[in-house]
Amino acid sequence: MADLSVKIGQLELKNPVMTASGTFGFGEEFSDFFDLSRLGGYIVKGTTLAPRQGNAYPRMAETPAGMLNAVGLQNKGVHYFADEIYPRLKDIDSNLIVNVSGSTIEDYVACTEKVAELDKVSGIELNISCPNVKQGGMAFGTCACSAADVVKAVRKVYPKTLIVKLSPNVTDITEIARAAEAEGADSVSLINTLLGMAIDADKRRPVLSTVTGGLSGPCVKPIALRMVWQTARAVKIPVIGLGGIMNWRDAVEFLLAGATAVQLGTANFIDPEVTIKVIDGLNEYLNKNGYKSVNEIIGALEI
Amino acid sequence: MKKHVMDLSVTENTSLNANYFLLKLTSAQKLPDMLPGQFVEIKVEGSPNTFLRRPISINNYIAETNELWLLVQKVGDGTRTLGKLQAGDTLNLVFPLGNSFTTPENASKSVVLVGGGVGTAPMLFWGKYLKERGITPNFLLGARSEADLLQLDEFRKYGNVYTTTEDGSHGEKGYVTQHSILQNQQFDHIYTCGPKPMMVAVAKYAKAKDISCEVSLENTMACGFGVCLCCVENTVNGHVCVCTEGPVFNIKDLQWQI
Ligand SMILES: Cc1cc2nc3c(=O)[nH]c(=O)nc-3n(C[C@H](O)[C@H](O)[C@H](O)COP(=O)(O)OP(=O)(O)OC[C@H]3O[C@@H](n4cnc5c(N)ncnc54)[C@H](O)[C@@H]3O)c2cc1C
Ligand SMILES: Cc1cc2nc3c(=O)[nH]c(=O)nc-3n(C[C@H](O)[C@H](O)[C@H](O)COP(=O)(O)O)c2cc1C
Ligand code: FES
Repeated sequence: MADLSVKIGQLELKNPVMTASGTFGFGEEFSDFFDLSRLGGYIVKGTTLAPRQGNAYPRMAETPAGMLNAVGLQNKGVHYFADEIYPRLKDIDSNLIVNVSGSTIEDYVACTEKVAELDKVSGIELNISCPNVKQGGMAFGTCACSAADVVKAVRKVYPKTLIVKLSPNVTDITEIARAAEAEGADSVSLINTLLGMAIDADKRRPVLSTVTGGLSGPCVKPIALRMVWQTARAVKIPVIGLGGIMNWRDAVEFLLAGATAVQLGTANFIDPEVTIKVIDGLNEYLNKNGYKSVNEIIGALEI
Repeated sequence: MKKHVMDLSVTENTSLNANYFLLKLTSAQKLPDMLPGQFVEIKVEGSPNTFLRRPISINNYIAETNELWLLVQKVGDGTRTLGKLQAGDTLNLVFPLGNSFTTPENASKSVVLVGGGVGTAPMLFWGKYLKERGITPNFLLGARSEADLLQLDEFRKYGNVYTTTEDGSHGEKGYVTQHSILQNQQFDHIYTCGPKPMMVAVAKYAKAKDISCEVSLENTMACGFGVCLCCVENTVNGHVCVCTEGPVFNIKDLQWQI
């Protein structure tokens, strides 16, 4: 058995496999399929200060190797999370990370302050990259200065591990990553979804109620890999890689490109047990190739 | 109910007409309990444009023999690919998913199950379930023409069957909501699944007569078990997921103009 453990900020992960926000519910939905404590960490649904209804239906369109979503951060708010959900999750032996979103800097800060009260939450992932909300969201993540402002404000009120989730909908993702690092982020995770669109030729109308939506799945993997590779070389803090990971081989590619950990998103919809298969596959890969620790392959890409 | 991911064997694939086929799946392992109204999410192999699983209602389930039946309409690449399955093939399912129809408290209640098109699929299992609980259901089934009326002999095993066709080739001519039994008979409960305009018409009828009414809704689904929030319906409680809070809803909870 290879040593799969990795460190991100103050987080000790038993393995580098986490779940991506918005694709794993609150985790409980998966407890029928496997033991959640096997995960390195799990990142729960995007949470905002006030409850959000999300966007109108239809919210989903399929593509040959992925999907578009326009959920728009539907959630019942951070107070509901703290009162109703957290008590059910707090004893799971894994790292619980809350994905925090907002429309204004004050929202992000207030939401974070509430999460900070919850002992067993190991960290937050600051979502400055959601393409499906009109105000805030991606707007913060597409300009280095506004990204820096949010991270700075949240860092002031949050002592534990702060991960900043980056948008791929930018010309140079490393600029935003550096801005987050400079303001004290412990890690950056990338990528959030790519802005995309689907059209129904028969109806001559957009498929999604919001016209455009966020693209995820295997079709985004090459872009995500490229961005992870670029970012890992541009910052000193650990990078968490995601975007189209469907199996252990994809995960290994992200680690080689420089990611310290990975997240699985859309893959959970197709195989609810995929995260466990990735953990087992990774272990086998390390053993077979004579590595004692997963850390030996992080950034080990030969060029 | 505990959800499972399982490989099932295809033991029969029967073509019912040009557009519909019936899959019989079996398992060597004991199948988990399932309720009428619930559905499965199928992984479609060998269809390059089908990335996500496909939701299909449970048409019938026979616990003693571990058999699961799915009635499928060919609409696109995914369902067409499923139509090519042969005995001996394996199918990966996530199931059972969703809620179920509500059983009337009193066996003397009279119920009518209204199905249109592929919406008749969940009504067979529901009718059988009611029959087993001492309620003989009335099935009111609608289709375009006789060739699209499916499984009539199966339905007859569990209750009274009434039909309508748009071209008058079987039963009464017209839409299900125009059928004379809805005018002539008193019902305590009505359950429906089919095209949205049909379900809205049934809901209007139920509301006008003050009959309790449950509808089984469709929606585009990515996960099928409540984690993506893609499949929402607008209800009196806001946006809720059709895959977990549904697919069966009481019309009182829906924000429909009825
Ligand atoms: C809870 C639930 C239960 C269902 N039960 C059954 C069942 O028992 N038998 C059955 O045959 N079908 C059932 N369906 C519908 C079935 O899931 C779709 O027909 C199927 O997903 C289409 O896949 P495809 O790849 O063949 O078509 P696609 O290539 O995905 O689509 C082709 C066209 O079909 C239409 N379509 C696609 N998905 C749906 C949908 N969910 N509802 C209506 N139209 C759609 C669209 O107009 C689309 O353009 C159910 C759907 C849900 C949500
Ligand atoms: C249905 C859906 C909902 C999502 N919701 C969120 C969210 O609330 N917060 C967030 O940061 N990312 C969200 N994402 C983005 C994913 O976390 C992930 O970044 C993206 O899907 C790329 O990874 P994948 O290709 O493995 O899915 C969502 C993605 C999907 C498909
Ligand atoms: S399909 Fe994912 S929540 Fe219903």
